[in-house]
Amino acid sequence: MRYLWILLGWLIFQSSLLSAPPVLAPVVPGKIFEFPDDHGAHPDFRIEWWYVTGWLETPTGDPLGFQVTFFRLTTQTDRDNPSHFAPHQLIIAHAALSDPAIGRLQHDQRIARSGFNLAYARTGNADVKLDDWTFLRTADGDYQTNIKADDFTMKLSFTPSQPLMLQGENGFSRKGPKTAQASYYYSEPHLQVNGTISRQGKDMSVTGTAWLDREWSSEYLDPDAAGWDWVSANLNDGSALMAFQIRGKDGSKIWAYAALRDASGRVQFFTPEQVSFHPVRTWRSTHTQAVYPVATRIRTDKIEWQITPLMDDQELDSRDSTRAVYWEGAITLTRDGKPAGRGYMELTGYVQPLTM
Amino acid sequence: MSPPLLTRWLLQGEWRSHRLQSIVAVLAIMFGVALGFTIHLINTAAVSEFSAATRSLSGTSDLTVRALRSTFDETLYPMLSQHEGVARANPVLEITVGIPAKAKAVHNPVLKILGLDMFRAISITPDLLGVPAEDKPMDMLADDAVFLSPAAMEWLAVKQGDSITVSMGTEQITLRVAGGLARAHAGQRIAVMDIGAAQWRFDQIGQLSRIELKLQQGVNHTAFREMLGKELGASYLLTESQDDDTRAHNMSRAYRVNLNILALVALFTGAFLIFSSQVLSTIRRRSQLALLRVLGMTRRQLLRQLLLESGLLGVLGSLLGLALGYLLAAMALRHLGADLGAGFFPGLEPQLHFDPLAAIFYFLLGTGVTVLGSLLPAWEAAHTHPAPALKSGSEYTVLAALRAPRLAAVCLLTGIIFAGLPPVYDLPVFGYLAIVLLLIGSMAALPYLCGLLFSTLLRALNPSKSNILYMLAVTRLSNASGLAAIALGGVLVSFSLMVAMAIMVTSFRVSVDNWLAQVLPADLYLHPIIHQDMRGLTTDEQQTITSLPDIARIDFIRSIPVTLDPTRPNITLLARPIDRNDPGLIVPLTENALSPGEISPDTVPIWVSEAMVDLYGFKIGKQVTLPFADPSQLFIVAGVWRDYGRIFGAIQMELSDYRKLTGDDHVSDAALWIKPGATIHTAISALKALPFGDTLEIMETGRVRAVALKQFDRSFAVTYLLELVAIGVGLMGVAASFSAQTLTRIREFGMLRHIGLSRRQIQRMLTLEGGLLAGFGIITGFLLGTGISLILIFIVNPQSFHWTMQLYVPWAWLVLMALAVLGAATLTASVASRRAASGNVIRAVREDW
Repeated sequence: MRYLWILLGWLIFQSSLLSAPPVLAPVVPGKIFEFPDDHGAHPDFRIEWWYVTGWLETPTGDPLGFQVTFFRLTTQTDRDNPSHFAPHQLIIAHAALSDPAIGRLQHDQRIARSGFNLAYARTGNADVKLDDWTFLRTADGDYQTNIKADDFTMKLSFTPSQPLMLQGENGFSRKGPKTAQASYYYSEPHLQVNGTISRQGKDMSVTGTAWLDREWSSEYLDPDAAGWDWVSANLNDGSALMAFQIRGKDGSKIWAYAALRDASGRVQFFTPEQVSFHPVRTWRSTHTQAVYPVATRIRTDKIEWQITPLMDDQELDSRDSTRAVYWEGAITLTRDGKPAGRGYMELTGYVQPLTM
Repeated sequence: MSPPLLTRWLLQGEWRSHRLQSIVAVLAIMFGVALGFTIHLINTAAVSEFSAATRSLSGTSDLTVRALRSTFDETLYPMLSQHEGVARANPVLEITVGIPAKAKAVHNPVLKILGLDMFRAISITPDLLGVPAEDKPMDMLADDAVFLSPAAMEWLAVKQGDSITVSMGTEQITLRVAGGLARAHAGQRIAVMDIGAAQWRFDQIGQLSRIELKLQQGVNHTAFREMLGKELGASYLLTESQDDDTRAHNMSRAYRVNLNILALVALFTGAFLIFSSQVLSTIRRRSQLALLRVLGMTRRQLLRQLLLESGLLGVLGSLLGLALGYLLAAMALRHLGADLGAGFFPGLEPQLHFDPLAAIFYFLLGTGVTVLGSLLPAWEAAHTHPAPALKSGSEYTVLAALRAPRLAAVCLLTGIIFAGLPPVYDLPVFGYLAIVLLLIGSMAALPYLCGLLFSTLLRALNPSKSNILYMLAVTRLSNASGLAAIALGGVLVSFSLMVAMAIMVTSFRVSVDNWLAQVLPADLYLHPIIHQDMRGLTTDEQQTITSLPDIARIDFIRSIPVTLDPTRPNITLLARPIDRNDPGLIVPLTENALSPGEISPDTVPIWVSEAMVDLYGFKIGKQVTLPFADPSQLFIVAGVWRDYGRIFGAIQMELSDYRKLTGDDHVSDAALWIKPGATIHTAISALKALPFGDTLEIMETGRVRAVALKQFDRSFAVTYLLELVAIGVGLMGVAASFSAQTLTRIREFGMLRHIGLSRRQIQRMLTLEGGLLAGFGIITGFLLGTGISLILIFIVNPQSFHWTMQLYVPWAWLVLMALAVLGAATLTASVASRRAASGNVIRAVREDW
């Protein structure tokens, strides 16, 4: 569940008379996932992402949150254009570090049309590149990413320790009351992280735990939706939690979902009615004046989760490049009052409604 | 009496009594300063505008990579993008299209479209990004959308949401105006669209025009440029923004420098007028000045007084000149454009900025020249012993000081030597110096020549048979040649400059006309609505035209711009059918070309314009490589031809060679010969009736010539103006010198009246004197002017514009102007003498104590 639904909105409403418009595949229930192919790109779908979030530990034992995201977008341009520059596919990437010592998000973003092997999202296996930013799945199932941002560089590898977690109905994940409002969605929790982060010319080795989200879709957000709240967490006992709600313009819940998988692999799904988000504390951004519910209580049926941010200012403001503004940050959570684990929360649509 | 008060009295007295001279001197200085300042302002505006516009196109890039031909293969882009040391690479496809809607009103209606990848451009040229409507952000990537700069929108009279039709070759493409640009350079007409869309819509798949590079921090730019240059080889050019500035300067340099030198000539004329009026004034006031000295004024005070007189004239003239110059510049920029009609900077609207430093420079130049002009007479007046100066006739000692035959000989000789020296930095510096030296030398020689001529004339006269007034006039001129020479100087300078310009411009115009006849042998010419169209006509279209019934013969021509040197403007490559055995049939050769036997079989012959020889050293017989073909292909310079159309250089080659080497079988122009019996009109209608007929610009040869000559006349507009100014200043100088001179001779006329001459006879004698002098001045001016025109034609022109021409003298016009100047001078002498002869005879003689 990502902010790029915004861009999706742009693309859909773009209508011009094309001799060969792109033909997009619909998201339908009952798809059988095939790996490693489904790790790779699905260019027939409008939007797709490889989204890694997680907690790292520095050599001094300090916590550090990180986010690495690659998006692939299919545009509405004429497929008859034989130019290698024709912007049929766009690649967008975001990277961010949450360091309480700095007190705000360090982030950077890139955008390019795919082509010339400078930017691409390949099919067959995860292999995405945007200039010198890369995300790759190796033959043994590890992931490797390389990010050269303006303020930092990241070179991380992720080793799976648990099986994939298919969201919704075997990976068919609904986003709204209409069945067409859905995506293919799987996660890979409890990835073991190893690597190097360097800031201001200083390298440091880091280790930690991460969460990979993979989602692709052609449909868009419900017209009444204003934004969403989303949480994923690697719990200390080896279980994994993912929960989201889609908010309407009046703040009401349009749709919600949660899944909790325990260490043995048993998954508990929650219906929209069973999932609810309750703001506990808000924070006003000094950058955008938006007010985010950075501390939140989530109910999944009988369980109550309490979310606390690593720090308040984890707002990613990219209005002058990829246009999006959202809050994406490291959080800790308790389960029924007891410390349960660490994860990431995303809050979108708090600056302005997503009807761009 | 306090010195300031005395100073003021003396100044006022002098000016009141010699208003005309003062006004003429002020006017001359004014024109000189105004012209120089105007040219400076216009050119600064144009060049800075051009540089700023070029810079806005290359943004913050460190280095621009372009091919020597207009486009190159896009595979270079990923290579450079991932090259070590490169932080960002921004690919650009630049398309030049025509605007059919403007074809009737505007000659060559060109619009530049930049194909950009917005995601790459944002970090290097963010100003050039399109600004789409709020609800249509994806227009930035749409393949039918174009974004226009404000100047382009205004020019095309469109707004967001309208559509425009542009042409490329015979094809017309309609684009939607999706918005403006983030921040376009004011006045710059450009359009921006997605690079993928541009490649597709304009049939340039796989092609780029340039790649702008931003280097990583810490990379040494010079070393990187050198390394990349070696890596890419000779067919690519690496440029930095300062190269573009140099290019802008080079583009207009010859033209600008020549105009500036004309301004200096005007100033020189002004200085001479000041000089001659000061000489006359000090002679006339000789006793008055001597009296002042006797009464206690020191030499320094007197010198200061005299310099102040002329200095104030100079200040006034310079200030007026600055004001006039600014006004002229504003008018010229509005009406003629930044290049004064020469066509170097199209698509720009430069803004005029007042430049205080330049203003100070031209002010000091004007004032300095004036003071310099009056220095010699003032010095002489201040250093004469007052006692002899109080006596009558002592003015001839002043004039003796001005007799400088040695100076004259040195100047003339040096001038002739300078005329033979080569250019300095591509500019005919010595040529101009030679002209100045000839002018100075001739003027210094005038008293001597004048005396020589009139004493010879006097000896030849039979006193008993000749008219008494004629005798008196000739005697006077032969004995007082120094005084006469001063009156003559003004005539000499202005008339010789006029003659020089007239001969030069006529020679040029006739040469161009003859040249046009030679290079335009066909009956009809056609091309798409803009010149050097990237697409031009396809082979099918060529075939269609060839198969028309009325056409006897058709020559297709491919014309493309080529860069050989990033700091110089593009040269033109013309590929057309040329007969190797007789290239002179098509190419206007200046000398014998190489015969086919002299062209080795592994080289391809090219025929180059004279500019190529001067600028790039393409001498006949030289083997060269050219960037549009595989660098290993050798070309041989097989001939040199005359080209008045492209001063930056042009190369012609056989069309078949060009096609073999490049694979480009499109053409830009066609020359058509009509079958005997067919008329041009039926041929034109047949062409117009073709499916693509209305996208063609079809011109009869006569019209092409007329257009070319009109352009020629436009670019000489300033020269014509200057010629008029020179004539005006010269005539005013004549008037001033004659009236001043007759006044200094008031005592002489008193004496003549006493011995029995009537007023009318004195007047007739003076008129005769005036006529004789002017006639002499005109003859000398004609000789000098012819000499100067030879320098202009055979030295200045080839050195600054790199073309030669033949000499043509506009006799009728010269005779007419000579008569006009003679008439004006005689008339002036007559009017001035009426005043002189009408003075009180008794008082006039009594003054002579």
